[in-house]
Order: sequence, then structure tokens, then C-alpha cells
Amino acid sequence: MKTDIILSGVGGQGILSIATIIGEAALHLGLNLKQAEVHGMSQRGGDVQSNLRLSDAPIASDLIALGTADMIISLEPMEALRYLPYLSKNGWIITSAAPFKNIPNYPDEEKLMQELKSQPHVVVLDVENLAKENHMPKSANVILLGAAAPFLKILDAEVLRESVGRIFASKGEEVVQMNYRAFDIGHEYVKQLKF
Amino acid sequence: MKNKRLLLGDQAIALGAIHAGISGVYAYPGTPSTEITEYIQNSPIAKERGLHSSWCTNEKTAMEAALGVSYVGKRALVCMKHVGMNVCADAFVNSAITGVNGGVVVLAADDPSMHSSQNEQDSRFYGKFALIPILEPSSQQEAYDMMSYAYNLSEQMRTPVLMRITTRMAHSRAAVEVQGSGKEVTCTGRPSVPSDWILLPGNARRRYVEAIATQEKLRDEAERSAFNRLAGQEGMAEKGIVACGIGYNYVMETYPEGCPYPLLKISQYPLPVEALTRLADSCKEILVVEDGQPFVEEQLKGILPSKYVVKGRLSGELPRTGELTPDNVRQALGLSCEPVYAAAQNVVPRPPALCKGCGHRDVYDALNKVAAEYPDAKIFGDIGCYTLGALPPFRTLSSCVDMGASITMAKGAADAGLFPSIAVIGDSTFTHSGMTGLLDAVNDKSNITVVISDNLTTAMTGGQDSAGTNKFEAICLGLGVEPEHVRVVVPLPKNMEEITRVIREEIEYNGVSVIIPRRECMQTLNRKLKQQKAQKQ
Repeated sequence: MKTDIILSGVGGQGILSIATIIGEAALHLGLNLKQAEVHGMSQRGGDVQSNLRLSDAPIASDLIALGTADMIISLEPMEALRYLPYLSKNGWIITSAAPFKNIPNYPDEEKLMQELKSQPHVVVLDVENLAKENHMPKSANVILLGAAAPFLKILDAEVLRESVGRIFASKGEEVVQMNYRAFDIGHEYVKQLKF
Repeated sequence: MKNKRLLLGDQAIALGAIHAGISGVYAYPGTPSTEITEYIQNSPIAKERGLHSSWCTNEKTAMEAALGVSYVGKRALVCMKHVGMNVCADAFVNSAITGVNGGVVVLAADDPSMHSSQNEQDSRFYGKFALIPILEPSSQQEAYDMMSYAYNLSEQMRTPVLMRITTRMAHSRAAVEVQGSGKEVTCTGRPSVPSDWILLPGNARRRYVEAIATQEKLRDEAERSAFNRLAGQEGMAEKGIVACGIGYNYVMETYPEGCPYPLLKISQYPLPVEALTRLADSCKEILVVEDGQPFVEEQLKGILPSKYVVKGRLSGELPRTGELTPDNVRQALGLSCEPVYAAAQNVVPRPPALCKGCGHRDVYDALNKVAAEYPDAKIFGDIGCYTLGALPPFRTLSSCVDMGASITMAKGAADAGLFPSIAVIGDSTFTHSGMTGLLDAVNDKSNITVVISDNLTTAMTGGQDSAGTNKFEAICLGLGVEPEHVRVVVPLPKNMEEITRVIREEIEYNGVSVIIPRRECMQTLNRKLKQQKAQKQ
């Protein structure tokens, strides 16, 4: 069994912290993992992505092939759409609803949302607002991870949640508890959706 | 004791070098190689052993220092991005003639597709040209394992070893099994003749003949190497594959059940000619899958008689430019690769931009204001975050060529009559390769205005120490710039009037002026503030 994930967003949004948590959980289960990252110039507010591959068999390529990704997890809606050609037929898009507008020609928001929501397997979630409402402004990415958890077939949501705890352990119990809550908020939100 | 760690390719190389017993790493930051040196800087074993790991001024000083380490019988690692090879080429090429005592591994990180670079040059050509053996790992594990092998090979053969990786190897993580104490190793090979190190023509001629004689031994090593593997050559196949470095992974990705064709994996050069000939005799045509330029494809056409069909990037089976992907390799193997969903309509490019509050922004605002008053003004740029000043909204820069070229191009343009001729260069780029050009300008009394935009760090690659911090005024004065024409300003919007006045005055001065706008990089500043906050808590 394999799960290929494209993580996307804008440089500085913190997609790599999501990758770190999933990666830790995968290693904990003894799965194979490859994770190609983007460093360098595009980290200055450009589009960034990471190819995260998990499998119980050895993994050859560091990159995901066109039309084969099982998931796109994105911290920005236009960046979710950018990688559409990589998504497999039954692949899911889990994305933040909040546009990050640092370019003058950002597409019309309504059309963008329409195109995004017309995809067959998509969850669009306003993680930024959820994070603010719940007084956890820095945990938007963990909320998104919680929302992605039920679709990550290769990892149990509970295993992923435990990994959240281990990753934040060095920052103290308060931060750990807040991120558990963030994870649960995303997870609960998706569980009540009807597909 | 063996243990498994999740490591970037860069980090696997760094740990491999530590475990191979190096005494120091010598490097200048450059994507995608930077994380190697950073890993060693933060490694507890390296700290405990006092292993040298501070940044060098440029790749040439790095390479030469490593030769000094080797001279006294210790092991050294030199790291750079591919274009850094051009900067250290003099030392690199001659190091094959001097040979080494302690092992030297030169790590060149190539960037096909130019994710963060000015060209796609393939460092393997440097290895061949300099008669230096090359290793090209296909996985993070192999990258780690290769380091000990590379140092032994270097000492046994008395030659530096070039380790060539590409972006996807450098910046991809995987679990790596590691084992080693990291004890310092002193040369395991035979001692050199003292005159080997003195490249007077008489010595150099003798050593060149020896270096060429070593080539045969190096080829034998490549034929026997566990990193090169020939599999599946029975009968006559429709096709055979030569897969170099990470190209091997894309072939294996195409055939998860096993490759149906004879396949030669190459991760060590000079090319194993015997293995290549055996492959050629077992198939009707050969596809060469290599990341970067057609290095093996070209050579293979010379090695094999013309009746053999060799395909790859030159023949168009694989694209001539850009990195390998699982998709273009799959296509080259004659299989289809179709996206399920077409590209989205509502997506536009999102180029990188200077950070909010960055001092370079104020420098460009000021330069644009003043340049508007001089219709002929040209502003020559350089390599760093501030190259983004060529893009909207600034569009300030007319050029970006190589490290240091801003000053020398401005000088040449001024020589040819351009006025005003202005250069913009970052602090780290200035010490890397700008100082010598400034001396040329001073000696010729060229009419140029040089802006050293000093943010106190090497920002583009993530905030490494900059060699000239706190020394720029002294350097400029030492090179002979007139004291009244070395001006320092603080690039903030509230100082715009002063900055534009200073630029105007220095443009009007007929000679070399240096303006140093100095304010800390926002990225390093924010990181420091965060650390301070964390310490207080």
C-alpha cells in the first residue's frame, strides 16, 4: 500500500511542518518514506510544494508522477489547484479556503472557488478562521492536518494525532494540548461532512 | 551501533563525511548544497571534535584550504553549488595534478531545471576534464555509504574525488541507516613525494603523466564498484538502459515489478567501459537516463562502434533541458503518462518577492527615484535576494550574470562611455567576488557608483554568516576608494531624502564611490527576536 501526497502553499506558510508530522508518524509505524522539498529562492513568498511518499514497500522515485497523487494538502486554494494534473482519479484535495494574495494578478476569487468546488473529491476548509475563533492562530496547519487525517489511508488518525504530541513535546504541555485540539477540530469538521 | 535517521540527501552526505573522519568542511553557501555544511555546524560530534565548519569567503578559498588539510594528511570536505565549481576550477583542476595526502571529497550540487540558479551546467564534465573520479549517488543511503568509500578511494588513488548530486537528491528526505564514531582519520594511503605539491612545469609534467596512468586504475575501480550494477542481460533485448544517479530511481519507478530490460546503473565514473560494452551487446538500442547534460550519452557514442543505437537527451527521447522526472523517463521508455485532471484555469504564476520590510526594497525605491532623473542610467545587478529587484514592482536592474559581475560590468560600461553607471551588490557577494573588481575600478579611476546593500548576512541561502560583516568600510578604504566617497546610509522609508541625496552626490562625483545601505535582513532579525523571546520564557 502506498500514499502519495503533494503538500502545497506559499513560501513561509509552513507546509513543511505538516510534512514533519506525517513523516514522524510514518517512521513510527516503520513505513518507507521519501520527501522532496523546495529550498532556496521560491521560499521568498513564491509557490512551494513538497512531494511526500509513504509506502509499506521500498520507494524508488523522490517525485510523484502525473495523475498518481492520492492527496493534495494545501494551505492556499490557488496552490491546491496548481497541482491538479498530479492528482489521481480518486485522489482528494484538502485545502485551506483563505487566499494568500501577494501578487497583483491573483485570479477572481469566486471563479477560483467555483473551480475548486467543482472537483469531484475536495474539502475546502477555512482553517485560518477556525484557528482564530479557537484562539490558536499558529495552528491552522494542524487543523488542516486533522481534516486530511481520514483520507490518509496508510496512517490511522490516532497514530497521526500521537505524532502531533511528540512533535510539539519540546514546546511544553500547553502547546501540545492546543495542537491536539487543533487536530480534533479539523478531524471533527470532516467527519460530519456527507460525501 | 547502527541506527536509522530521517535525513535529507545533503544531511546524509554530511553525516557520512563526519563518520568518515574528516577534520573539516570548507564551503560557501549555495542552493542546493547549503544544508551539508549547516548539518556539520550543528552536529554534536563535530562540535565535540572541534571540526572546522565555518563558512569560507568563496569556493576557491574553500578548495585551497581543503588542499592544505590534505597536505598535512587529514581528510576534508569541500561543498558548493554547481556554479561554485567555476569559481574553484583553478584549484580543483590543479588538485588532480598535485594529488592528495589526506582524502579530499569535493561535493558539487547541480541544479537542473534551475530551481535556484543561473545555468544547468553538469559538474561531471569537470571531473572528466580534470581526470578526477566521480561518484553520483542514487539514494540517500548510497550518498551516506559513499562518503567512507570516497575518502578511501581518494587516499588509495592519491586524487580528490568529485561527488555529484542534483537538487532532488540534495533536498529529499529518506530513512538512512548510519553507523560510525566519527573519529578523525589520518591518511591511509602512501605518502606523496614532496615535489608533487610544487607545480613547476617539470614536476607538473611528471605528475600529469602519473595522473593519466591512474585513470586506468580508476576505471577498474568503476568496473568492480558495488555502486555500478549491470542486471538482466540474457539474449537479445529490444532495449537496454543506462541509468545514472537518481535517473535509476525513475526507471525503477516505471517498473515496480522489476525492469524488463537489461539495466546498467551507474554511480561511479570514469565510465565502466566493459560493463557498457556488455550491455550494448545484449540489446538493440540503448537509452541513457541521466540528470543534467548528455555526459554519458555523448561518451557512449565514442566508446561504441557507430552501428550501436544510443538514445537519450541528444536524440530527443528525453528533453534536452530540465531535470528528469518520473514522467519524462516513463515517456522515454515508451509508456504513456497522462494526467487525469487537466491543468486548472484559475492558476497564475507566483514568483518569489523581497520580504515585507526588507532593506533592499528601500534601496531600490531610492535608486529608481534618482535614476529617473538620468535617462541614460543603467544599474547592474548581482546574485542574491536582491536580484529580485529586476522584477516588478521595481524593475531596477539591467543585469545579473555571476557573483561579482555588477561592479566589473558597471566598470566596463563606464569605460565605454555609459553615465551614470551603477552597480548593486550584496555584502556576501561583494566579499565572494566583488573586491577584486572594485580594485580594478579604483586603479582605472572609473566613473562608477557601487551600492553594497549590506543586510549583515548571506540571506538568499537562509542567513549564513557573511565574511565581510563589520569590515566593508575598511575593505573599500584599503582598496583605495576615497574616504569621502565611502558613504553609509540606513535603508528605511523615513531616510529616503537622505539616501537619494547621497546617491545623487556620488553619481555626480567623477570617480569610484561606494554607498553602503546597511540594515539587518528581516528573516535573520525575526529569527533572533523569536529566539530571544523563547529564552525569556
